[in-house]
Order: sequence, then structure tokens, then C-alpha cells
Amino acid sequence: MPKRLAILDANRCVGCQLCMFACSNRLGFTGLEKSAIRVISSGGVERGFTVVVCRACSDPPCARACPEDALIPRPGGGIFLKSERCVGCGHCVEACDIGAIRIDEELRKPVVCVYCGYCAQFCPHKVIALEEVEMR
Amino acid sequence: MSEWVNTLSRVLYIDLARKNYWIENREDLFGRWLGGIGVATQLYREEVPRRADPLSPENAVILSVGPLTGVFPMASKTIAVFKSPLNGFFAESHAGGRSASAIRFAGYGAIVIRNSSDRPVYLIVEPERVRFRDGGVLWGVRSAETVGRILREVTPGAGVRSILRIGGAGEKLVRYAMVMVETFRHFGRMGLGAVFGSKKLKALVIIPRKVYRPPDLKRYREVYKKIFELTKGPGTRKYHDLGTAENVMALNALGGLPTRNFSSSRFEKAEEISGEKLVETVLARRVACSACPVACIHLAAIREEYEDEKFMYKTEFISYDYEPIYALGTNLGVSDRFGLLKLLKAVEDWGLDAISTGVILAWATEAQKRGIISRSETLLDLEWGDWRSYLKAIENIVRQPNDFYRSLALGVEEASRRYGGQEFALAFNRVEPAGYSTGPLYFASLAIGSRHSHLDAGAYSMDQKIFSAGGGLPRPGDAVRRIVEEEAWRQVLTSLVVCLFARAIYKDSLIAEALSSLGYTCSEADLRRLGMEIYLEKQRIKREEGFRASRLRIPDRVYEISTPLGKIDEGYVRDVLREFDDFIARGAE
Repeated sequence: MPKRLAILDANRCVGCQLCMFACSNRLGFTGLEKSAIRVISSGGVERGFTVVVCRACSDPPCARACPEDALIPRPGGGIFLKSERCVGCGHCVEACDIGAIRIDEELRKPVVCVYCGYCAQFCPHKVIALEEVEMR
Repeated sequence: MSEWVNTLSRVLYIDLARKNYWIENREDLFGRWLGGIGVATQLYREEVPRRADPLSPENAVILSVGPLTGVFPMASKTIAVFKSPLNGFFAESHAGGRSASAIRFAGYGAIVIRNSSDRPVYLIVEPERVRFRDGGVLWGVRSAETVGRILREVTPGAGVRSILRIGGAGEKLVRYAMVMVETFRHFGRMGLGAVFGSKKLKALVIIPRKVYRPPDLKRYREVYKKIFELTKGPGTRKYHDLGTAENVMALNALGGLPTRNFSSSRFEKAEEISGEKLVETVLARRVACSACPVACIHLAAIREEYEDEKFMYKTEFISYDYEPIYALGTNLGVSDRFGLLKLLKAVEDWGLDAISTGVILAWATEAQKRGIISRSETLLDLEWGDWRSYLKAIENIVRQPNDFYRSLALGVEEASRRYGGQEFALAFNRVEPAGYSTGPLYFASLAIGSRHSHLDAGAYSMDQKIFSAGGGLPRPGDAVRRIVEEEAWRQVLTSLVVCLFARAIYKDSLIAEALSSLGYTCSEADLRRLGMEIYLEKQRIKREEGFRASRLRIPDRVYEISTPLGKIDEGYVRDVLREFDDFIARGAE
């Protein structure tokens, strides 16, 4: 069954960024810039945090916006990136209403979640989890 | 040498007078001294003349991180080194938030800020670039919190950047002004905020955009996972449960909780402002520094009705920790939780160090009650527990309406020199103490530390161990050895840089393993040797600046305090300080 990353309760987020570090580590880097998941404060840390990550929509607008068919809709929702087709135009970034896609400035390719759940293994406070999605 | 050093060894130099900047590869320093305090000490040696006036352009601000920063969990701290405007000596202060990972992934191991600007500025630091921004609009914004709120709106890097800034206290050169980091974290002690103010530097925004490839990814991930698992264990329990506020009841039970200007070591209303009670009544959220699963930052909600409009409410948030609770709570006899939180919020907004502020107000209260000073100086009646008066006094320390408050802004040592009452003016090497009336080793360690935090050497814990063991005090020479050995080891932790709350996790073997996964070759013995070298380097600099522990004024109050180890013997403390000078003199050769 396909999986996606679910945000269980953003109110439990403490802003430690360990999910972001984990996502970068998955790709072989330290740091934050390569992460497909992002945590930003909601106007000051005292007001809590917003967790931004691909929610694996069933009819992803990013894929429809891609002129090169580099973002392929995935059965069960979400997309995967065919990197060799991508020209780095950034239309997908514009198309995503929740801002879950960014351009990796170094590679000029979108940073997209691959629904692996590596980040969730390092979330100390049960904010995120990998969950199975029902096929329609 | 590890290639990892090359990713860390770039030092960003910023000259505020000439408004220029450049980057130098200082592999010579990072290869030899790891990073953090090890490297910052060497940079201080290069940058700051021994006799420099701390508030002159000759002083420098050095910020540094280390090889583990942002790379492993709980390696979350930045080290600031500068000459302290409180005492004129080499000083250090540590802070978390996102500062450390921001500096590291902006591409720097250290940032050196030289000289002074002729007009207010703030800086935006990015990889390969520094932008000098006019600070004229922000100058005069008295609340450090508001400065952050503005900069969040007008600078890039949301979610990853770090924002360091001063409030009104730093602008007015209050010698114990702090630098706020994000919100609720601080370079609190030793007056870094006044140094920023003297340089007309209102804020520093650091934006990280870089990533690095660990040399051996597989091993790196294994060690990372291992450390992450350890952070969930018992080694950090205290910090995520009640937080450091757990100490209130523990120290009260022990009889080591400084109360009403250290005149008592138990507070009869301690329970009201205990960690337990705060969790039960006001804890609203916990937040974390970058890369820290522990989330020790406890935020309280202050819900308040406006006095001039019924049914109009606001809810503000403030972090609480043991030290501010001692300084503005027990040490001022304040047991009203709401009042205590308002005091914490006031020092946060004005940008003052909570510890120094509390100790100074405690001295002023005792001085007024004894008739040494009167309402004509204080402009109000200071009374133990009367937090409303203390709120006004805090505002006066920043606004400085008269000579008395101008003196309070210079620290308790200077204020008491001018007005009297030195015997109960609590200061060690001119710096107000952190809150542990545990015994002689603790007070001696405060006198000789350069950070003036209880974490310098953890000597409060040595006192407690002596108490539990029921034995006598160690011989003065042995006391010095214990303090120095512990503090020397902590130089390793603060060169890496890991949070000292992770010291139970980052044992020497784990550190060697973590460094080895990044390609460093160093044994546990190498690390210990390095720690002592760094420690001696710091002490050598202070000695060159004229520091001698045996010449320090120790306030009489110290010898009247009741501690778990009984009354402190003056002769013993003097012997310890003399032994310390001898030890450093030998080490300096």
C-alpha cells in the first residue's frame, strides 16, 4: 500500500528541526537546506509551529503544472520526480497551494517528499508519522 | 587532518567601522583547537588588547561553533567571547536557539565582529555575504522581543534563520544587558548586550543555506541514530520534565536556595514558584533549540486583564528556568507566580540579564531597609515580595532617571562601592552570582570562572556530594584540582559544541566516536589533554589582564550564609583562591 507523511498534531511540535536534519541526512547531507519537510514558527515560537510537507494529494496540481512531465502522479496520491526530465522551471512551486515544494538552489530541481518516513523516525514528540493511504 | 575541518574553518570577519567584511580560512585554529571555546579563546587573544576598554571599539565580539554543531543531536550552542563590561576580563557566554546551526550552515566556524559603527546598524549574514543595514529605525525600540518581531517580517530565512538582538538595556549600556536569541534564549551573563550597544550593533540576522557531506555517510548515520536514542534516556529526564525549575524544591529541601539577598537558604513559599507548581498552573508550551529533542524551554502563559478596560485580556508568554526564578523570585522574596512571571517578562523585554538584575535589586532592597539609601535614591519603596515596585525599578535601571539608577546599571559591585553596603553586595569578580548556596566550592568556583554560570565547573554538585558523603572539605589544593579538572573537561564539550545539559550523554568515548565518524583521529586522552590546554589558555589571558583570584573581594555575606555544609570559613575560601593562583601561575609557565 502507498504511504504518505501525516501530520498528527502540530501543537506537539517543539521546533527542534530534527525531521529536517533527518531528511537532509537521508540524502547524504548535514544541514537543513535539502530537506523536503520544513518547520516554521507561526509568528514567534510561543505561538507554536507550522509543519509544511507534501500531503500527497490524489490529483496533484504540481504534476499538472509541470511542462516536462517530470512529476509523475503516484498511485494513491502524491508524485515522484523524474529528475532527468526536470528543467528546473519552478512551475510546480507555484502550483502547490501549501508551499510544500521548494527549489534546491544548488541543483535547480524541486525538493519533493518521497514518503519514506525517515524524518518521522527522528521526531521525538509524535508530531509526524508515516501512514498508509487507501487506494481508490 | 579531517576534511571536515575544511567545512568548519572559515572565519567571517566583520568591521563595523569600515562596513566591510572578509573570510579567512583558519584551519590552523580549527585543526588545533576543535572549535567553540577552544577557537574563540585564540581569536580573542588575536583580537582584543589586554587593557582594552570593554565598551570601546577595541573590544571584539567573537561567536563560534564546533565540529559537531548541527551535525549531531544536542550540539546546539554558540559560544560568545568578549571582554566583559562588568569586570574588564575575558568573558564567555553561551546560547542556543537556532544560532549555532545558523552560523554553521551559513558556512562559518566563527564570526569576529570588530570595531564600532558610527551609527546604528544591523547585519544580515549569509553564505559569502554580509549586508549592512541601517539600524536607525530599530534603535530606540526598547523591547528586544519587538525588535525580533520586526526583523522576522523584513528579513529572509523564515524557519531556519537566527536573530540576535538587544533591547533598551543594551543601547543604554547597562553593564549586564543581554543579547536575545530567537525568543526566550539569551547570551545572558557578562554584558554582551552592552558590548553590542557600544558598537551600535542592534541585531544580527544569520541565514543558513549550506549543506555538507559527511565523509562516511553510513557510519555517520549510525552514530547519529545512537546519540538520538541516548537523548531519550534518563540522562536528560530532568530537563524535559519539570525543566531546570526542578531545582527550586530540591535546593530548598537541601537548604541551599538563596533567599532575600542570600540572607536565608530556604524560602518558606518555595512551593508556590516551584517547577511542579508552574507545570500545574502556567506551563503553556515547550520548545527546543535547533537539533535538540529535549525541549527544555518551558514557556508559561501570562493571562492578564487590562486595568483600564474590563473584559479586555491579553495572553503573553515567557520562558522560565531555575536561575531567573531564584534571582527574581526567592532572592527578592517574590512568591506570587503572576508577579514573578511579570518580572521575568520585564527583564526579557528590556534585554537585561535576569540573574544580575535580581541580585542588584536584592542588594538595593536590603540597603533601603537598613537606611543606607532612601526613597530619594530609589524613588519607590523596595520591599521583599513587592513585585510591582520591582517592575518599576527594572524599568528605572534602563531609563536611568537619577544617579542611583545610573549606578545600578553598572552592577552591584560599583553601586555598593558608591552607596555602601558592600558586605551584603553579592558579587564575585564584580559579577552577580548564579543561585546556589551549597557551600565553599561553589562560591570559589564563581570567583574564578569566566562565564559565571553554575555550569562553569558544576561545583554546586561537588558541595552536595561532600554533604551526602558526610565527610569534611577537601584540602584547598584538592578543591582547586577538582574544580579545574571538571571545568577543563567542560572545555571539550563547549568546543564541540554540545549543550552542557547533554553532558551525561556525551562521554569521552562517545565524543571520540562522533568525531571519528567525521574523519577526526583523536583519543579520549587527547580530548582530556586538549580540555586542560584550553582551560589554561583562558586563564593565561585573564592573568595577563591582571586577574588574581586571591585579590578578589569576597562579600562578608558569603561567610554568614547557612549552607548544607554549615557556615563557610573565610580562611578556607582564601586558601582555595590562593592555591588557584599558584596553580595557574605554574600552568602559565
